[in-house]
Amino acid sequence: MAMIQTSQLQKEYDVIVVGSGAAGGQTAYTLTMDGAKVLMLEAGRNYVPETETPMFQTPDQAPLRGTSTPDKEFGFYDSTIDGGWAMPGEPYSSASPQEEQRFWWWRARMLGGRTNHWGRISLRNGPYDFKPHTRDGLGFDWPLGYDDVAPYYDKVEMLIGVYGDNDGMENTPNSSPGCLLPPPKPRAGEMLIRKHAKTLGVPVIAAHRAVLTQQLDHKRLPPLLHPGNERAQKILAEHMRSRAACFWATDCGRGCSIKATYQSTTVHLPPAMMTGNLDILTQAMVREVELDNRGLASGVVFIDKTSGKEHRAKARIVVLAASACESVRILLNSKSTKFPHGLANSSGKVGKYLMDTVGSPLNGQIPALENLPPHNEDGAGGIHVYSPWWLYKEAAKLGFARGYHIEMGSGRRMPSVGSMEGMSDFAGGYGRKFKEDMRRYYGSFIGLAGRGEMIPNENSYCEIDPGGKDQWGIPTLRFHWQWSEHETRQAAHMQKTFADIIDAMGGKVLGKPELDGRKAIAPGGYIIHEIGGAIMGTDPKKSVVNQWLQSWDVKNLFITDGAPFPSNADKNPTLTIMALAWRSADYMLASMKRREL
Amino acid sequence: MNEFDRRTAIKWVLAASAALRLPGVAFDASAAATAAKGYGKDPDLLKKYAAGDLWPLTLTKEQRVTATALCDLIIPEDSQSPAASKVGVVDFIDEWISAPYPEHAADRKIVLDGLSAIESEAQRRFKLSFAQLSATQMSAIADAVVTEPYFIRYRALTAGGFYTTPIGTRDLKFVGNVATATFEGPTPEVLRKLGLA
Repeated sequence: MAMIQTSQLQKEYDVIVVGSGAAGGQTAYTLTMDGAKVLMLEAGRNYVPETETPMFQTPDQAPLRGTSTPDKEFGFYDSTIDGGWAMPGEPYSSASPQEEQRFWWWRARMLGGRTNHWGRISLRNGPYDFKPHTRDGLGFDWPLGYDDVAPYYDKVEMLIGVYGDNDGMENTPNSSPGCLLPPPKPRAGEMLIRKHAKTLGVPVIAAHRAVLTQQLDHKRLPPLLHPGNERAQKILAEHMRSRAACFWATDCGRGCSIKATYQSTTVHLPPAMMTGNLDILTQAMVREVELDNRGLASGVVFIDKTSGKEHRAKARIVVLAASACESVRILLNSKSTKFPHGLANSSGKVGKYLMDTVGSPLNGQIPALENLPPHNEDGAGGIHVYSPWWLYKEAAKLGFARGYHIEMGSGRRMPSVGSMEGMSDFAGGYGRKFKEDMRRYYGSFIGLAGRGEMIPNENSYCEIDPGGKDQWGIPTLRFHWQWSEHETRQAAHMQKTFADIIDAMGGKVLGKPELDGRKAIAPGGYIIHEIGGAIMGTDPKKSVVNQWLQSWDVKNLFITDGAPFPSNADKNPTLTIMALAWRSADYMLASMKRREL
Repeated sequence: MNEFDRRTAIKWVLAASAALRLPGVAFDASAAATAAKGYGKDPDLLKKYAAGDLWPLTLTKEQRVTATALCDLIIPEDSQSPAASKVGVVDFIDEWISAPYPEHAADRKIVLDGLSAIESEAQRRFKLSFAQLSATQMSAIADAVVTEPYFIRYRALTAGGFYTTPIGTRDLKFVGNVATATFEGPTPEVLRKLGLA
């Protein structure tokens, strides 16, 4: 089994996994390591980080010095290919002409999906985050609690490699001993932020990111992750030896050719392939899930994008892991007499409660950081520290529910056109004085970005667009979006807090803090934490899947991406997606062994 | 969503785009909907590109002369690095204003109108073309137009072009983008200067 063509499809698999990112990668990894035969379908092309990543390329080697364009929204060297908020031939629409009701849908049609590009920030949901409704009466509780997920957080951290500290802060769980890698030392700007934020009561602690600050322990970890499964241990040990530790250079968003960060393509898929139990078919755009006459999923229909032809693949279990909205789209496009409104949708909840993260940034210029002696601040290619939400005790006074964490950037980073344009506007003037000013200000800017929780609401959802089809003739999505005052007030609170921090540092806010939350909040979908649309619950009338991510209506259909999240804590969702996918895959394996599936 | 225009977006990435993963593009629905005929969604990331490789350039010989003089007025030679035009900044600006993306079309107008405005100013004041002016004469014009939007934009592009070359990054004393065995954080000297030692 290997990378295959459509003509090489097996007659039937144990499991079909649609999607190859964090959810698809983890699901396929867990299943194949335990012997299940899996077919993974990916809508994009094959992608090989070891040979395709522009690691040390400098801006002068790229078109437009690597600056963002509508073709490459995060810059030329960002790892995302065939992706973005707008993609030729793959439209989506907005139900409202109002900009603030628009949802920006990010896709990454490539093997590994958006795990190639992501920020590697790997935060655990805390106990409160699984029971939000119980705490404040808003949104929904999860049908499971922190203790159910904690062992899987441990496992995922040990498998992918996450740096961080155990700080024991409220609703910011510690990992079990031996799970985390040591965090990198903070950069100068991060230390200065920490010093001054503390005076405002804002804690700054080690970030948790999926970057290897040292090589993974290939002797200790495999037996913990695959007890009793010697073959899996051997494969994993061999793979762990092939991953190098971070060499403290290059931006993780470019991808990592030495496999020092988590990407599905370098961490989940290689060992899964080594088992011989995984077939991967790329350029396979899944249109719908088909049912047999017992009402069970029999497989999927997909378009082979290389030929444009329709094909079928069959399996005992179908797993959708295509990203929340793409999985929803597949369900809604899978219509039958039994499910006229889309598969697994007897509740009418498929597509409902779409969420993103509340985002709002503010930058400052800090005189204390001017003219620092030159030193290398590249570090681990992303944040070394962050601020977890610190105002749980103040919830009643804030005017909004839930909270946010702060991600912070600073340092003498590789100059880009964007940063130099901004610095040029800041410096002003021209000539030799301008050059001197540029030297003085370089490295003196900080950025603070809030990442906060959105409460699910009835006005944020997606549905099939009655008039829309993509280039393959597959009906497309139409989005409805509405922030509530909980989110917009939170965004205003971020702006106020960030201005206070910059002020405490003796710095100057760039622009001015936007205290109208409706203007301060980034558009829906902009933070690319697309969550919800097939929420899990305890009541089949009010939710789409159960705590095992198993459809209430079709018992051999699972959704292991972010779609089942019934809330979107401020913690970045990727680590939780992986933990729940592992748990769900364990449940599938047990059910198959018992012949229930 | 006019609050989130391109300039704002760029300010967002000012501090550390690498750390925060912020995109540098506008939230402009019409721009996103326009299928740009650029390098596409899956360009070769490992190839080295030069100005003019991907789309035809714009500047005439005369415009290049003015553009060169203006770049070098903004970033002249000094004891630490050469003038902007010596490291290909005019080629970069030409590539930039010729790119087939909506924001670049806007900059194309600003830059071309700006070059012709500065030429007119040179003719009006000194009856000479801008590139023929003495340093004092150029400064007199620069002082008069330094807050004009076209000058601010041209300065930003000049800085963007200059400081993204190897010579420009050395000028700023950027010392990263090299593999190292360990990351030790700020040096004791840096910590002392920040009062963090």
